[in-house]
Amino acid sequence: MAMLEVHNLEVYYGVICALKGISFEVNEGEIVTLIGANGAGKTTTMQSVVGLIPKKVGTVTFDGHDITKTSCHKIVHLGMTQVPEGRRIFQELTVYENLLMGAYSIKDKSGFKNDLEAIYTRFPRLYERKNQIAGTLSGGEQQMLAMGRAIMSHPKLLMLDEPSMGLSPLLVDQVFEIIKDINRDGTTILLVEQNAGKSLAISDRAYVLENGNIVLTGTGQELAASEMVRKAYLGG
Amino acid sequence: MELFLSTLINGLSLGGIYAMIALGYTMVYGIAKMLNFAHGDVIMVGGYIIYVFMALKNPWLAILMAIIGCVLLGITIEKLAYKPLRGASPLAVLITAIGVSYLLQSLAQIIFGSANKMVTVYEFGSVTIFGVHMQVSALVTLGVTVVVMIALTMFIKYTRIGRAMIAVSEDKGAAQLMGINVNGIITITFAIGSALAALAGLFYLLKAPSISSTLGAMPGIKAFTAAVIGGIGSIPGAMLGGILLGMVECISYKITAIAPYTDAIEFSILIIILLVRPTGFLGKKRREKV
Repeated sequence: MAMLEVHNLEVYYGVICALKGISFEVNEGEIVTLIGANGAGKTTTMQSVVGLIPKKVGTVTFDGHDITKTSCHKIVHLGMTQVPEGRRIFQELTVYENLLMGAYSIKDKSGFKNDLEAIYTRFPRLYERKNQIAGTLSGGEQQMLAMGRAIMSHPKLLMLDEPSMGLSPLLVDQVFEIIKDINRDGTTILLVEQNAGKSLAISDRAYVLENGNIVLTGTGQELAASEMVRKAYLGG
Repeated sequence: MELFLSTLINGLSLGGIYAMIALGYTMVYGIAKMLNFAHGDVIMVGGYIIYVFMALKNPWLAILMAIIGCVLLGITIEKLAYKPLRGASPLAVLITAIGVSYLLQSLAQIIFGSANKMVTVYEFGSVTIFGVHMQVSALVTLGVTVVVMIALTMFIKYTRIGRAMIAVSEDKGAAQLMGINVNGIITITFAIGSALAALAGLFYLLKAPSISSTLGAMPGIKAFTAAVIGGIGSIPGAMLGGILLGMVECISYKITAIAPYTDAIEFSILIIILLVRPTGFLGKKRREKV
């Protein structure tokens, strides 16, 4: 059984149908990407799976639990953590306090020091700025912090919503390296990206989302080679 | 000099009470993004609980029961009146809050009648320090307020729940993604605000041992003014605004020429602050997300 199974998910904003019954799955150890243009429903998918916005129809199971109607904070405790679009770090807290919030769902505090050190090793910049107010960090640093904060909760499945958004090309490469790295350490990844080229290159499998429907699926390589994806998302 | 010192103590003590009530407004606003206009009436309920339990002549028991009673009341109000409206328009919530306020006042009138009830919690008397004659109750109020504010500040800064409160006030969605139970945090916030209101009720009874169903109305509005002056949503802002308003009130009462206009002066300060600095002294501009 897949780690995450989304079946026939429909989401509405008022009367507007944002997701028209999509189904996809993420297996343990995979990197799976949803690509699609602005407004295709990528962020809606991410937010409804994790329980931030309500699902109208469909089922979501995660790690053997039916989480269709589970509230967001409980889903986090089951091991699904999301780095939201726009990072949404806590601007008024320090870098260290943000990481502390990341570990909020971990009841056993004995591993906290080790986890923190691991984050600081992975993101040396966060160590340099640990006592700085997070709102004063640069965009790249904020993305590192958002990822570090999410890892602090020991996710089985880490969902990243547009992690490369608004970053310089150099930082984008770095972010994708880090995602690969986190995956190698045993965390399953569900990624949402507009940067189709970079994300397909690191993905085991991918889905193409268009106007609230999944229109294409395959391995990262297959999709990167497909005529339709090349035309629509890779600039020819 | 004597006048200055006694006005200072009285002003700080009254300001402390305002600050304590203002904290309830500002914390609830910061976390639930709503104005709980029934907050002032929780003070009144606290006062009546003290009145009822003072029949047993035990001030400590009365205070404890007032705190417990107000906490339960605050949680109940939130669960029954405000929680079903989460996500509704702010106007609907505001009107509901005003409705709850009238409900509490009317219930108090039905139960206790409209005449003032007298209750002496404790006779502190007065002392003379450095040649200044002062009410001990004012000093006690000031002392307790300072301790409570320090404790609250530490609680928010250094505990898991306190930090969760900051997180929720900043970004509810992101807080949920950390595994924070937002509804639980809102309940705790109402509980803390109501406990502070109970203490404020106690301090009012220490100042003047008389209680009616509208005891909380004026202090509630004054404290709300203080919260807005300090910057609604900001905890240090509520403390600053409360102290400032208390000082202004006490000074104004001492100057015969303007004493009758004291309330008007206080609310004028609010208007001026809103014109010059709409976010209040320590309030932040809300970044609206699209």
